[in-house]
Amino acid sequence: MSMNERAADTLVIGGGLVGAAVAYGLLRAGESVTVLDEGDVALRASRGNFGLVWVQSKGDKMHEYARWTRGSADLWPEFAGLLAQDGGIDPDYSKPGGIHFMLSEEDLEKKRAQLHRLHNSLEGQEYGAEIIDREQLDAMLPGLGPDVVGASWSPHDGHASPLRLMRGLHSAIAAKGGRYVADAKAEKVERDGSGYVVRTAKGAFRGDKVVLAAGHGNKWLAPSVGLDVPLRPEKGQIIVTERVRPLIPMPTHVMRQTAEGTIMVGDSHEDTGYSDASTSSVVSDIAKHAVRCFPALGQLRVVRTWGAVRVLSLDGFPIYQESATHPGAFSINCHSGVTLAGAHALALAPMIARGRLDASLDAFHSRRFEHATAH
Amino acid sequence: MPRRIDPEGKSIGFTFEGRPVAAREGDSVAAALTAAGLRDLRDSAVSGSPRGIFCMMGACFDCLVEIDGIPNRQACMIPVTEGLAVRRQRGAVEVRI
Ligand SMILES: Cc1cc2nc3c(=O)[nH]c(=O)nc-3n(C[C@H](O)[C@H](O)[C@H](O)COP(=O)(O)OP(=O)(O)OC[C@H]3O[C@@H](n4cnc5c(N)ncnc54)[C@H](O)[C@@H]3O)c2cc1C
Ligand code: FES
Repeated sequence: MSMNERAADTLVIGGGLVGAAVAYGLLRAGESVTVLDEGDVALRASRGNFGLVWVQSKGDKMHEYARWTRGSADLWPEFAGLLAQDGGIDPDYSKPGGIHFMLSEEDLEKKRAQLHRLHNSLEGQEYGAEIIDREQLDAMLPGLGPDVVGASWSPHDGHASPLRLMRGLHSAIAAKGGRYVADAKAEKVERDGSGYVVRTAKGAFRGDKVVLAAGHGNKWLAPSVGLDVPLRPEKGQIIVTERVRPLIPMPTHVMRQTAEGTIMVGDSHEDTGYSDASTSSVVSDIAKHAVRCFPALGQLRVVRTWGAVRVLSLDGFPIYQESATHPGAFSINCHSGVTLAGAHALALAPMIARGRLDASLDAFHSRRFEHATAH
Repeated sequence: MPRRIDPEGKSIGFTFEGRPVAAREGDSVAAALTAAGLRDLRDSAVSGSPRGIFCMMGACFDCLVEIDGIPNRQACMIPVTEGLAVRRQRGAVEVRI
């Protein structure tokens, strides 16, 4: 196999939202970077997601995650500006606040208790979410169905175009001199002196450091650098409607209107292995629920539906880690690659460039699963 | 300028912006409009620039028109029937809540 001449400071395996955000951040930190990406056959959550930059209700059971998520939402305005400047593509980010509907008094009370708990343990800093009643909700978002009793609302929530984010990251990577190699599935990661060599059908690539950011691919790549990455697939399906005039002023967990005017409606949580098939029974349940929340959606024509596979760790929280046995080898996985793109590019990548994850990320190591079993 | 390669078929009539257009049985709305030299079917809901047919096979959604009062219909996917009322679509559709 031919050896690729140019060695990079860092090889990033995987060019989805996670790998691309880290690669962009490494380039910003002054590194030379090569991104190796599998082809169109790969499972790619980054092409099929909902586009929320969402803070509320994340990390109830892991406060480090609540803080990290809020930190990423705080970085997003700067991150979106840098992307537009470096790559020429604006990811259509806006932060009008986000709404999670409650369809019963019981749910409303549960949510109130959760927010109270978080407020107390996080000193009120993190979500900034509050419960609003139907009257307050009507003032923010007219047109809700009679079953919506109230909502939780957070000013830190927002949304972006996931496809423009992907294109923007890749365009910024190219503009910053990064190298992107498609159809280059990493077959093997091996030591090479003090660095690493990654073998692919497009040749072998060398780097001083290596970042595994291959989504589900990390599960089987990780052992080669002495890491364990237990992941499970979960399918989500999404509906997108025809374009209409501005109708929904802020994103909700059920629907959001894109900058172009389409309305995205989602999503399901299905245990169907690695299948990303779209199924009409699930799609019609999603549509029914959305129309119950916001009846005017019933007038709209559906343009497309699709399924995509989430990359979930066993507890749903991110896995950030460096190998103890293979210095300079890192693995990165998360469930919310849009939300966390700001933190991945502007907080995590600088740590990787320095060669060490900060102690503040210790809680995200996969050693927390040592007593769990993958299912 | 596109032209018909096969002028066979029964002729039927519909309207575009209120003016009569001649079609052949089996034409899609898009095919009949193209044969009549009508290419500006709507303007983009995002940029306002003119749009018309592109893929002719239901994939691109560029050919949207209003048909019998219903907006955002794909002209290339709908067969012409006698008396259809087709209109240009200006800007995005307004939904009433
Ligand atoms: C239905 C749905 C809705 C979602 N909604 C949201 C949301 O609203 N907000 C949010 O923040 N997140 C959301 N997500 C999650 C988000 O999409 C993911 O967190 C994110 O896309 C994960 O990115 P990734 O790069 O890790 O994975 P992927 O997109 O799967 O990318 C992995 C990449 O690695 C490559 N690869 C795999 N194996 C190899 C190998 N051996 N060698 C080289 N390359 C390899 C693949 O080609 C692929 O490009 C949603 C996900 C789904 C499925
Ligand atoms: S021309 Fe492409 S969908 Fe009609």
